[in-house]
Order: sequence, then structure tokens, then C-alpha cells
Amino acid sequence: MLRHGTPMLTLTSNSNERGLRRGVGRRAFLRGGVALAATVVALPGAASALNDTQARALIGKAVDDVNSAIDSGKTGPELYALFENLFVKYADVPTIARSALGVASRSASPAQMAAFTTAFRGYISRKYGKRFREFIGARFEVAEARQVKTFYEVRTVAYLRGQSPFEVLWQVSDKSGKDLFFNIIIEGVNMLAAERTEIGAMLDARRGDLDALIADLKTAG
Amino acid sequence: MARALGGAAVVVLALVGCAAQSESPTGINDPYEKTNRQVHAFNKGVDEALFKARPGQPRTVDNGFVRSVSNVGSNLGLPSKVVNSLLQGRPEPAVKNTFRFLINSTIGVAGIFDPAGSSFALPETDTDFGETLAVWGVGEGAYVELPVFGPSTERDAVGTVVDMAMNPVGQVLQGADATAASSARVAGKVADRKIHGDVVESILYDSADSYAQARLLYLQNRRYQLSGQEYNDAQAWDPYADPYQQQQ
Repeated sequence: MLRHGTPMLTLTSNSNERGLRRGVGRRAFLRGGVALAATVVALPGAASALNDTQARALIGKAVDDVNSAIDSGKTGPELYALFENLFVKYADVPTIARSALGVASRSASPAQMAAFTTAFRGYISRKYGKRFREFIGARFEVAEARQVKTFYEVRTVAYLRGQSPFEVLWQVSDKSGKDLFFNIIIEGVNMLAAERTEIGAMLDARRGDLDALIADLKTAG
Repeated sequence: MARALGGAAVVVLALVGCAAQSESPTGINDPYEKTNRQVHAFNKGVDEALFKARPGQPRTVDNGFVRSVSNVGSNLGLPSKVVNSLLQGRPEPAVKNTFRFLINSTIGVAGIFDPAGSSFALPETDTDFGETLAVWGVGEGAYVELPVFGPSTERDAVGTVVDMAMNPVGQVLQGADATAASSARVAGKVADRKIHGDVVESILYDSADSYAQARLLYLQNRRYQLSGQEYNDAQAWDPYADPYQQQQ
């Protein structure tokens, strides 16, 4: 019932150029700032700060692995298991799960958070694994990365059979101690926000009972 | 046509007058939620009765036939997009969509095939009168779900009405031809519904709250489409700076 079905975008050369110019300017400025901060405060034991090259490399690897998973010819639970592995490898699952749970994560016990995170991981893999059939034969091109607040945003362009190319943004952070992505934005549609709405609605339907939500999430998706 | 456009102009001027704004909107403004949810239930019922995949059938139907029905429908929508691009002061997409229409209507056999997209690098540039209003500075207004048309905003609802009244193809064609063109456009929408069956049905039938999910996805995608970027950086959501992220 969404008017545009799969959201589609025609990338106009204008908006690309504008985006690039803006990105480059800010990136150069921020790189200078980051370098300065790094020399002033050398945090003991801290990994080297994330930069745009590392962010692009991470998403390049993730995209390659997703492509080989799709091309593997596996289907159903086998394919979902493959996606779950990739999700754990490239995504900051605990942060995504906590963010999707929203306010309720404040009152959750550590044991509940751990159980929720595990159930959420399987749910996401099944839900999006089902949809990956649409991406058979797709090609992702990694474009530029730019810094937003504390994280990097890597722009990729997806080329799907019979459709205009569209933009997929991957937001990457090293705040977890590793370089991992925590959000995917497809033509403005934000995975973190969509899942926060979905998990919030599921929790409401269970009158706020987190344990019931965790139990049901194990088979949802 | 003159009367339809005159009426549209009155509506538009009224809108510009009372709703002029402003920055790109954020958040969800849904004062009519109760009514919207009733319309949503109605729309979902219509979809379930007419289009929902039967058990055992694939949700997405994407083959040469469905694509050609979709192509014919969207080809007939191009003249209206050309007019809107011109009203927005954007000649480039207007020229591209004009060439696309000429190529696909001739070499593409009345729009059945899409040589403009596949061989001439002229994919469709999507636009509508809702975008024209946005370009003219009309505010987004409240979220509304329209019967049959689905998720919209007050601004986009006016845009939908004006697009239907303006309909350049209907102004040129007469009688049976005009009816055929309108039918082809409706058929194209049905084909699009089936081509995107996986996406549409996962939102409508797999979500815990399909109304809230459709509302969110529509607003995010629409704002992205109108602004050329998904948000401005100040509004970017940083879960590492989010209060919910604090460990107890």
C-alpha cells in the first residue's frame, strides 16, 4: 500500500555533486580535527580511530560477503543461518537490539537484555533473509564515506535488475571497540527506526511483558 | 481543463497562504490517527480481498507480462511528471521524461517495453504535484491515510487530487481512448503492487502494527524523495549518544 512500492530514486547528477562537495569539505575538516585530538589525548589501549577508508573497507567486505551468500544458492534456514553469521560479523548487534527495544531497555535486567539480543539476532536474520531473494543478481557499488556526528556513513549504490539504481547508506561506528555497522538506510528508510516501531508495537501487544516478547521473537520474522 | 486547473489554483493558493513554511519536517504529525487507522483497516481489507497472495502462492509476481503492464501504466504517467517538473522549475527531468515518453511510446510499442531505460540511460524521474507544492513552499501538513491510495500527507493528498484533475493524457485523448488510458494506468498500479509483493505484504501482514510501520516508511521515504537526502546531519540518530544506550 506504499505508493511507491520498493522505494526508488533516480540519482540526479546535481544532488550527487552537491553531496560529494559537502562530504569532501566536511571530511577534510574533521580529519584535521580528529588528528589534532588524537595527538592531544592518546588514549591508552584505544584502537586507532575509525576513518573513512576503514569504514568503506568494512562495508566493501560486508557487501562482498552478502553477495556471495546470495549467490550460494542456499535457501530457507540455511540461508538465514548464513545471514545471521554475517550480521554478527559486521553489525553491532547489541547496540541495534538495545536501540530497537527503546525505553524498555532501561528497565530490562542484564539477563533479559542478553536473551533479547540473541532472539532479536535470529529474528532479523529470518526477516531480512526472506527478503534477500529480491537482491539476486544485485550489484552494490561502494561510493564515498563521510563523518556524521560520532560515526561514519558509507554510501553505496544498489543496482537491481530492471530498476533504477538506488542509494543504500550504511552507518558505521567503532564505539563498540570494533568497526561495525549499526544502521542501514535505504532511500531514506531507516532500519533502526523501522525495527524500533516494530518491536515497540510487539511489546505493546504483550502489555509490556518483555519475557513474552523474547519468547515470541524466537520464532518471529 | 481550465476549470480543473482554476479550482486547483484556488486550493493551492489557500494552502500556500495557511501552511507556508519552513524547514524539512521531522517526526510524526498524526492528529487524525483514529480516523486514519479506520481507513487503514479498510485499505488492508481491500488489499487482502483483491491482491494478497493466496496460501502457497509467491507474494512477488515479476515476469515479462506483469512488467509490460506496469510499463504501459507508468509510460502514461510521464506527461503529468513532465508538467510537474516544469512547474517546479526543473527543466532537466522534464526533458529526460519527454524523451523517455517519446522513445517508449514508439520503439517501446506504446510503452510495453522500456528501451529508454535499458538502452538510452533514461530511467523515469518520479515526481508529482505533491512535490510541486513542496517546491513552492507548502508545508507537509498532517499525516493522512487515503482510502485506496494509502499513506499520504495533507499536502500530498491535494497533490493526488490535482494530478488526477490535470491528467494531460486525458486532456488529449477522447472517449474510449481516454477510458482505455485510465484503465491502463490502474492496471499498471496493480502490476506494481504484485511486483513489489514481498515488500508490501511484509509491511501489511507481517508487522505487529502495520499502520504505524506504513506511516513511518512512507514519511521517511517521501521526505527523502523530496529533499534529496534522508535527513540533515543534526537530526541523525546516533545510538551511541542515545540515552537508551546507557548501561545500567
